[in-house]
Amino acid sequence: MSSSTVQSTATTTAPGGGGRAGRGGHGTREPLSWLERIRAVVGYFLTVYRRTWRGSIIGRFASPLFFLLAMGLGLGSLVDAKAGGVGGLSYLHFVVPAIVATQSMWVAMGESTYQVMGYFKWNKMYAAMLATPLRVADILTGHLLTVVFHLATATTIFVAVAAEFGGFAGWGALWCIPIGVLTGLAFAVPVFAYTASQQTEDGYNILFRMVVSPLMLFSGTFFPIAQLPVWLQPIAWATPLWHGVELARGAATGVVSSPVAAWVHVAALLAFVGIGWVLALRLFTRRLVA
Amino acid sequence: MLVSARGLTKTFGDFVAVDGIDVEVRRGEAFGFLGPNGAGKSSTMRMIGCVSPATGGELRIFGQDPAVDGPAIRARLGSCPQADMLDEELTVQENLWIYGRYFGLTKAQTRKRATELLDFAQLTDRRGDKVEPLSGGMKRRLTIARSLINNPELLLLDEPTTGLDPQARHILWDRLFRLKRQGVTLIITTHYMDEAEQLCDRLVVMDHGRIVAEGSPRDLITRYSTREVVELRFDSDDHADHIDAVTGVAAASRVELLPDRLLVYTDDGDATSADLHARGVIPLSTLVRRSTLEDVFLHLTGRTLVD
Ligand SMILES: Nc1ncnc2c1ncn2[C@@H]1O[C@H](COP(=O)(O)OP(=O)(O)O)[C@@H](O)[C@H]1O
Ligand SMILES: [Mg+2]
Repeated sequence: MSSSTVQSTATTTAPGGGGRAGRGGHGTREPLSWLERIRAVVGYFLTVYRRTWRGSIIGRFASPLFFLLAMGLGLGSLVDAKAGGVGGLSYLHFVVPAIVATQSMWVAMGESTYQVMGYFKWNKMYAAMLATPLRVADILTGHLLTVVFHLATATTIFVAVAAEFGGFAGWGALWCIPIGVLTGLAFAVPVFAYTASQQTEDGYNILFRMVVSPLMLFSGTFFPIAQLPVWLQPIAWATPLWHGVELARGAATGVVSSPVAAWVHVAALLAFVGIGWVLALRLFTRRLVA
Repeated sequence: MLVSARGLTKTFGDFVAVDGIDVEVRRGEAFGFLGPNGAGKSSTMRMIGCVSPATGGELRIFGQDPAVDGPAIRARLGSCPQADMLDEELTVQENLWIYGRYFGLTKAQTRKRATELLDFAQLTDRRGDKVEPLSGGMKRRLTIARSLINNPELLLLDEPTTGLDPQARHILWDRLFRLKRQGVTLIITTHYMDEAEQLCDRLVVMDHGRIVAEGSPRDLITRYSTREVVELRFDSDDHADHIDAVTGVAAASRVELLPDRLLVYTDDGDATSADLHARGVIPLSTLVRRSTLEDVFLHLTGRTLVD
């Protein structure tokens, strides 16, 4: 055993020398820059992803195909034949941009529920990171940037596959990618906060049954919310999904009620991200720094 | 002085887990916290490791205040928490590579250091394997290797060998001795008195969040126990029945009652045994042994370390 080599990389500071000794040696170490800290955290989550990407990528391609098959050929042909589409659009062009936003929500939920709980409870990776120079904000930023990466990949694949099968009317569809990412983030950040507040996975039942599933049905994805009873409509306004759906549909079809409305949607989504961030930072800190 | 604590306190709600302790750890020594489960050892270690803020008192590590310089202090120490906290889905070496980056080491530095540490932890031939199927001792060695990735001046080990079999414990102790010889300051918590005796130059005995004694293992034994102990087991449900018969036996200064035996503290175990025999006290078994830290703890608290 060459145990004598354990400290061989040490670059020990000269006695009494108060200067920085880089990071391998004894004495005060040079602090990490913000970028170095975030890269280190993202590096971990990408290492994890390298083990699992094959399985997840198949799902990313399959999901738009299933939707197009069911909505376009199934439901769409029925709606188009009976009602002549929706507001002058074929049902396929009406529904596909909205589904981009909706599936972003699902991807975000997948990344911010059980996964995050696992890093708290099962392998305790967040706690392991906090034993190093990293801080709670670094961990949260790094992990959320990884979620942005997943949202961007999933949305890009979805848009590309849907475009290939005629799901969009024009190049406006490209807007669906950043809009999808923003919509997903508007879910992911608050749900990170929610997860930090939960000791068990039981809370997810309520989240999925009472929030996510109803949202998919009542946020204007499959039919305009004007079809809903009047008292239900304000509820849709208070959810990120409706704003994402409206934005994506407007951008992809070019049918926008007003530019002001578009900015209101963006602001609403950013508000979910911003408020979610404040809550997540507070709840992560409460849970991890006890 | 690497660590100094004065009146260090940790409370969780109304519950006082660490109750105003004073501790000083010098560079190069192996310092121990010995105490039973719930004594407040992990809470103390987490404060020293700058992952848990102190509720009260003063704490300095490398002369710095964790409340102000937490990240800078953590950059210089290594920490093996009571739970391993490894990513068991990743390989052995991936766990090391990832961790080096958290300390701002370059990829090349991290890889080089990981290679050395795998050798040190005797895990080189498992480096490409997933962590999950490894034995408990291997995982513990990997955790220790990982905590050394930044070449720390101070290594915190919270119950390094709990749950390991005797052979795995001895391998681990050997690695810790090597670190100590290389000048790494060690702070170790344990509820095993043999571990404390083996590894620690100096230790504090902790109970209910307080320090009840402090010194080298040898000091503590001389101060709070006798040279030898005679353990008597009787064929009886209640060993209290035999206390009278044993009290005042030759060379003995004290008798302690445990559920399954009597401990007779004595300066001469053989003389005590002979006198018991002469008195007609016939236990099922008689064992003469040297005093240990377990006896110190029993004397100070009236309870055993491991229940
Ligand atoms: N996060 C916490 N919240 C509430 N109580 C805690 C927490 N951590 C530890 N305790 C309590 O503090 C006491 C000391 O715990 P700990 O420091 O883990 O002791 P030890 O490591 O000596 O077994 C125990 O009674 C434990 O239940
Ligand atoms: Mg403990």
